[in-house]
Amino acid sequence: MIEIQQLTKVFDSRPAVDQVSFDVHPGEVLGFLGPNGAGKSTTMKMITGFLPPTSGGARICGHEVTADPIAAQRCIGYLPEGAPLYPDMTPAALLRFVAEARNMDRARLQQRMQEVVALVGIEGVLEQRIDTLSKGFKRRVGLAASILHDPEVLVLDEPTDGLDPNQKEEVRKLIRSMAQDKVIVLSTHILEEVEAVCTRAIIISEGRVLFDGTPAELRAQSKTHGSILLHVEGVQADQAQAALAALDAVARVETLDADPGEGHVRLRAYPAGEAPLLHPVTDLVKTQNWNVEHLSVERGNLDEVFRAITTTPSTNERVSNAGTQA
Amino acid sequence: MNAAIHNARCVFKRELQGYFATPVAYVFLVIYLILAGVFTWYLGGLYEQDQADLTPFFSFQPWLFLALIPALAMRLWAEERHSGTIELLLTLPISPGQAVLGKFLAAWLFVGVALALTVGEWITVAWLGGPDHGVIATSYLGTLLLAGGFLSIGACLSALTRNQVVAFVLSISIGFLFILSGYPAVLEFAEALLPDFLVGSVRQMSFLTHFNGIVRGVIDARDVVFFLSLIGVFLFANTVIIDAKKAD
Repeated sequence: MIEIQQLTKVFDSRPAVDQVSFDVHPGEVLGFLGPNGAGKSTTMKMITGFLPPTSGGARICGHEVTADPIAAQRCIGYLPEGAPLYPDMTPAALLRFVAEARNMDRARLQQRMQEVVALVGIEGVLEQRIDTLSKGFKRRVGLAASILHDPEVLVLDEPTDGLDPNQKEEVRKLIRSMAQDKVIVLSTHILEEVEAVCTRAIIISEGRVLFDGTPAELRAQSKTHGSILLHVEGVQADQAQAALAALDAVARVETLDADPGEGHVRLRAYPAGEAPLLHPVTDLVKTQNWNVEHLSVERGNLDEVFRAITTTPSTNERVSNAGTQA
Repeated sequence: MNAAIHNARCVFKRELQGYFATPVAYVFLVIYLILAGVFTWYLGGLYEQDQADLTPFFSFQPWLFLALIPALAMRLWAEERHSGTIELLLTLPISPGQAVLGKFLAAWLFVGVALALTVGEWITVAWLGGPDHGVIATSYLGTLLLAGGFLSIGACLSALTRNQVVAFVLSISIGFLFILSGYPAVLEFAEALLPDFLVGSVRQMSFLTHFNGIVRGVIDARDVVFFLSLIGVFLFANTVIIDAKKAD
């Protein structure tokens, strides 16, 4: 497990990571989100003992990283940003090197090599030089190297960056399959990825944690979360708006566009509370006998939430789970 | 301790594989052997000296190494930094000191292989006349120590930068100082400027003074200790640099 306390890294008097604290437990997949240069990679480099923190510390499986980096590194599998690999080696030679560095004996190497190679799908390129491999294969070789010793803690810096959509899905599947008994931390700037693989999301910007909660809670922060989008034919816009606004469950109604001649209206109704809007609205549609072209419940826009959290002027103000009730 | 040796050996093996997986090894070997031959037979005049020994061969080694060893050493750390693999290497449970040692020993062994391939010169001289084989053997030892000295400087300076050209130029410059410090002109210059005990230490730092001592056929413990401690100091500095500036 990972325990991070007040982790801080200052580069040239500018804090790249500013008093970041969080714990991650086995079974959790933590998605680390943030704009470029937010401090995601720097945090990961400190967790894995590559960069010493300016202050604060990280404990990995009970080992203080600054005091005993080697013990901590034994428990960690790490895929650095860009998956750097020795270009002149073959994947097989690289995996053997990593296994030897991690003191795995021959029998275990054989067994894990087979498992891992099949898991990431690099059987076909094992004896090919790494510099001749495609980006997707390189990333997979890097992943294989990081999970070879079956680590308790897995730290993946942008594991799907530069992969095509199919490869992305494969890597996500792989991460999910390993999630049960491991602590996994991954960074990404793809928001949908957080929902696809993570049980928890942390957003950092300018080195500070601005959000820490589940992906669902993150989405719930969206202004449009739980709202209903409705296209109706043959009704006057103000009439439809008034009918919707009259519902108890509806806080307000926004007319997105209306064509008075044709009687075509697009509306968005925002919920008043936590109660779902769908039933009241469908009941209304039935009683009014509207000709509905489209009706959907918005789950909320993650991009919008991300922008709102990372670009608010008051970045010092931390948003916690409690804030999601609004 | 066993773990340290295991880790250093692990890096050592990877490095050695690396030399032969790229053209680096072959280019280095071929150039070294050609130049060593040219220096010995043409510039050194081994034939003309009418004497069956390898003095011309060994007397050019410092100059040959001055140019070639920085070319070999420049990639040791600069390339790791440039390609980012230093992050892969140093987040494995391997300490910087073990990595430094493994890399150095692999490079040193590689130079040893290059040196071993010059055995043809020895055979030729033996065929031409009756050289003092003891002197030649100690000279080979001295040359290996000299190579280790240049290599440790090159490895250490390579750790300072991600640019191999910078590492190369720095290593040549520092290596040149270590050769020059034994020359009378430099020593006279130093005498004019420095107090006596410092002039003595400038002379003591000279690669040539110590190398020539060994090549004369006399293994003086001080000469051997000089090279070994120089290697130790630069590898220690190398470790400190890597430890302090892993990510730069």
